[in-house]
Amino acid sequence: MSGMQTVSAAVLPLVLCLMLGYGLASRVRVFDLFLEGAKEGITVTLRVLPALVAILVAVQMLQASGALDLLTGLLAPLLGLAGIPAEVIPLAILRPISGSGSLAIVDYLLSHYHPDSLIGRITSVMQGSTETTFYTIAIYYGATRVRQTGRTLPAALTGDLVGFIASAVAVHLLFGG
Amino acid sequence: MMTWIFSGMVILATLTGLATGRIEAVSNAALEGAAEAVTLSISLLGALCLWNGIMRVGEAAGLTARLSRLFRPLLRLLFGRELDPDGPAARAITLNLSANLLGLGNAATPFGLAAMKELDRLNPHPETASRAMVMFVVLNTASIELIPATAIALRQQNGSAAPAEILPAVWIVSLLSASAALAAARLLTARDPRRRAGRR
Repeated sequence: MSGMQTVSAAVLPLVLCLMLGYGLASRVRVFDLFLEGAKEGITVTLRVLPALVAILVAVQMLQASGALDLLTGLLAPLLGLAGIPAEVIPLAILRPISGSGSLAIVDYLLSHYHPDSLIGRITSVMQGSTETTFYTIAIYYGATRVRQTGRTLPAALTGDLVGFIASAVAVHLLFGG
Repeated sequence: MMTWIFSGMVILATLTGLATGRIEAVSNAALEGAAEAVTLSISLLGALCLWNGIMRVGEAAGLTARLSRLFRPLLRLLFGRELDPDGPAARAITLNLSANLLGLGNAATPFGLAAMKELDRLNPHPETASRAMVMFVVLNTASIELIPATAIALRQQNGSAAPAEILPAVWIVSLLSASAALAAARLLTARDPRRRAGRR
């Protein structure tokens, strides 16, 4: 494991070296170009900030109101039919909506049930194979002039649903139990 | 769509808050959410500057063009003929996919946003998401990381005997959910009557 961690920790500096080394080799003005590009980072950040405010305000309000617990109660029987254990259903519901919220649930589930238990493994696979869908859609389109995202969200949520069910099935198949 | 999601979430939260007596928490949460967006965008700002700077160097040196030639078959498969495989959008998409595959989450977002800006420039109907945009965003909402570092780290912290044993399962599930999402995007596009009527 420590070997793998070294490898994944080395990726970022190595990528930086590769890009800069390639720049040096092709004799471009590396530092000036870097500053020029970095300046663009400022405008992009400012451009996505409004979308970020909208999505985080809505998500935080929803979490504080208890509406997500109600939603969990409503959807639990349906997801249970698909073979997802009741304990991980809150994670399935929160995962597409809130990144920090779902991390808290993952941490809770892994400390309560052992990471190598059935629930622990399903939790880990779910967390590792899905993304914070709403956040991604909000900031990616936030960088554009698009107002109608059309079929983006339905398609993305279809993927999430398949991912949740497949997590439970894959853990059952690969680890037994 | 986002209009309805945003208003729906806020209205639902307010009504539930009133019904459950948690309206004060909901009220605080609204301001906390707004403040968190600023905190988050400040930490995003550093990563965006760093990776946009690096990207500019790679562009000028011709490294990203070379990389995107490697990804050409994959881009063709995902985006069809709509995307110029040698254009700046294809190069930014290539960088985003590479960063995702390498597990560089903090680089994937800046490259992804750069790709969206390029796709926005190419979009003939700027107010409506183009097909390429939908495919690209959907691909990014399905996690395509090779090494889910956060999940593995949390497993290790909580005393797993083999934190990385979930990898094969994660790869299978990622592949399935990404394929399902992309297939859904394709299917929904094909059935979109407005597109067929040529109004887009």
